[in-house]
Amino acid sequence: MTLKLLSKAVFSKAMGLALTGALLAGGGAMAQAPHPEEPENIQWSFEGPLGKFDQAQLQRGYKVYREVCAACHSMSLLSFRNLGDKGGPFYAPRYPNSNDNPYVKSLAAEYEVDDIDSETGDVIKRPAISADRLPSPFKNEAAARASNGGSLPPDMSVLAKAREGGPDYIHAILTGYRDPPAGLKVDPGKFYNPYFPGDLTSAWSGDPAHIPHGGVIGMIPPLRDGLVTFDDGTKSTLDQQAKDVSAFLMWAAEPKLNERHQMGAAVMIYLLLLSGLLYASYRKVWKNESH
Amino acid sequence: MSGHSTYQPKTGFERWLDSRLPIIRLAHDTAVSYPTPRNLNYWWTFGGILTLCLGVQIITGIILAMHYTASADHAFNSVEHIMRDVNYGWLIRYMHANGASMFFIAVYIHMFRGLYYGSYKAPREVLWLLGCIIYLLMMATGFMGYVLPWGQMSFHGTVVITNLFGAFPIVGEAITTWLWGGFAVDNPTLNRFFSLHYLLPFVIAGVVILHIWALHVVGQNNPTGVEPKSKADTVPFTPYATVKDGFAMSVFLILFATFVFYMPNALGHADNYIPANPLVTPAHIVPEWYYLPFYAILRAVPDKLMGVLAMFASIGCFFALPWLDTSKVRSLRYRPTAKLYFWIFVLACLVLGYCGGRLPDDPVIPGLKTFILGDSDPNSFVWLSRIATAYYFAYFAVIIPVLGLVEKTLPVPETIASPALSHPAPAKTEA
Ligand code: HEC
Ligand code: HEM
Repeated sequence: MTLKLLSKAVFSKAMGLALTGALLAGGGAMAQAPHPEEPENIQWSFEGPLGKFDQAQLQRGYKVYREVCAACHSMSLLSFRNLGDKGGPFYAPRYPNSNDNPYVKSLAAEYEVDDIDSETGDVIKRPAISADRLPSPFKNEAAARASNGGSLPPDMSVLAKAREGGPDYIHAILTGYRDPPAGLKVDPGKFYNPYFPGDLTSAWSGDPAHIPHGGVIGMIPPLRDGLVTFDDGTKSTLDQQAKDVSAFLMWAAEPKLNERHQMGAAVMIYLLLLSGLLYASYRKVWKNESH
Repeated sequence: MSGHSTYQPKTGFERWLDSRLPIIRLAHDTAVSYPTPRNLNYWWTFGGILTLCLGVQIITGIILAMHYTASADHAFNSVEHIMRDVNYGWLIRYMHANGASMFFIAVYIHMFRGLYYGSYKAPREVLWLLGCIIYLLMMATGFMGYVLPWGQMSFHGTVVITNLFGAFPIVGEAITTWLWGGFAVDNPTLNRFFSLHYLLPFVIAGVVILHIWALHVVGQNNPTGVEPKSKADTVPFTPYATVKDGFAMSVFLILFATFVFYMPNALGHADNYIPANPLVTPAHIVPEWYYLPFYAILRAVPDKLMGVLAMFASIGCFFALPWLDTSKVRSLRYRPTAKLYFWIFVLACLVLGYCGGRLPDDPVIPGLKTFILGDSDPNSFVWLSRIATAYYFAYFAVIIPVLGLVEKTLPVPETIASPALSHPAPAKTEA
């Protein structure tokens, strides 16, 4: 006890200064609330050194994105043509230039985009073409927040790389909604999700030693069994939709993954051979020299 | 050490050039005939590996700069444009981002090698100081490079680090404003960081030339720490060192390629794929892994200014090292006690690195709550960092100076070639 008092006295002056510093303050608040639950580790087709995207899964994933997520989430770094790029959901070897891919063209034409009439300068609407970016659902951030109870649906172009856990995390969020445990106050329009990072300390009236994991998210559970009809006959469960859209988002974030793994294999073989040769030369050169 | 040149111009053109600009002679003396101790081990291959790393960073960096846009509004998307639309842009960018980490892995091994074998001791002080300068420049370059993609970690990392200068009394605020080029981290900050990020690697290249020059004046140290006395102690750089360095580089490239092709984002932070937003502060701001030990020292000290000074002092220790070490024996091979303290020092650095990536108040042993000592539970990363920081400074300020005077060392061999070398050559028959 005396030790505690003594050290408190010594430190209190210095700490007053330091704790206000951004550095230490960053840590304090988060430390008490429990960390969110660990997402389930899913076996993705694109994992491992030889992994690549499963094109059928990407096609289903695009459908989920198009029919559900795109209502709220933009994907502004992608153009329609990217959907037909090598490794992409609608790549067809017959159309090495994805701008010519008729299926991609038809997907683009489902949308209307703004343009400027070059004669009059007026804003006009025209059907999208392969070169256009995927249109965003909202005009600006304020509009997006206004439609979502103040929360902002993040852009999805690199979302799968912008979250710890990547596609596992997205899948966990989509399938992880639970009824809030008794004692947790959840505002209307918010939903309890044990995988979403947050601090529920102030909303929790139960046992302070058992604050629930996770946080409250401003996204209404977007998926449910049978919501999307898959053209390839795959059974449309919530889990399947979540997996497919997560894989699609991983592709959107890392479209060169197939190419990267392929080139990696060649580079590795080359480097292993080179190392072997160099090691043999090393042994030969040093054979008659003590070292 | 360099001795006189053994270069013999062979062709008429070489003779003509040699009497006007002896550049082939320079290359020959540097990379062919240069005598290198015959007992060098693989820890000596990292100098060559570092040169390779610098070359990779400069080449990939120049290509990135052709496609990158240094503007707060466009930087993030221009990096994504490199990843998506530029031919092999993903490869160039992943090589550059992971190449920085590889560079630091190599430099840390290189520095600890010097520490272990006493390579900083006379007559190699200037060589060592030049190395320390390269390391400082690398830290500055890496930091400014990490700002360029203008993601959340880029932005908030810059805010935290530049704010450190604000800890200095009176001039602090003026310095930060001057660094930022305004009253906050913004477009001018990004632009000047890009300019300096482009410049500094070439400054590094210049200091590397001085470093190698100094090396060739005093000669390489070696695992025994005994200076070569005769031709029997050395072999010519080519082919002996070239082939060994080449093999080591190739193995190092396998490690590099593993990151680039199979786990390109493992060493980065997910938050840096979120575009910078000054209004949203990430829950946990962490610098790149290679700064974590210094970040831990910074946070270990309860006062901000003292923390900043401790952080700079921790690097300053390396500069002072040649004059702190009192031992007559160079290599730790013959200093069993010093060896023990050295390995504890390596451990302390690793512990600091680990603590730097954790929240200071989080428990080291999960679930164990004891009492509050000062500002935090002793079972916390901040207290662990304090113990490691104390050892870090004690190592330089107390252990190294005192040990050199009091320790009992083992007998040092007369020459490099006199002890039984680990790989003796088959008996030679003189022709
Ligand atoms: C009704 C609008 C809406 C729809 C439809 C929707 N979202 Fe969301 N989403 C949001 C909002 C709003 C947020 C931000 C929540 C927050 O920050 O609290 C969000 C957040 C997310 C996050 C969490 C990101 C983070 O910050 O960690 C993920 C993942 C996500 N959405 C995926 C999806 C996927 C996949 C779909 C399609 C299956 C989808 N969303 C459909 C509105 C929507
Ligand atoms: C000492 C050598 C160098 C080191 C340690 C280094 C380090 C870094 C780092 C860590 C990044 C951030 C990577 C990321 O996360 O995206 C970066 C980005 C960048 N660097 Fe370098 N760099 C070096 C040399 C160079 C040179 C010589 C140039 C230009 C001539 C350059 C140009 C760039 C550009 C344009 C970026 C932004 C693109 C990007 O973020 O990928 N770099 N650098």
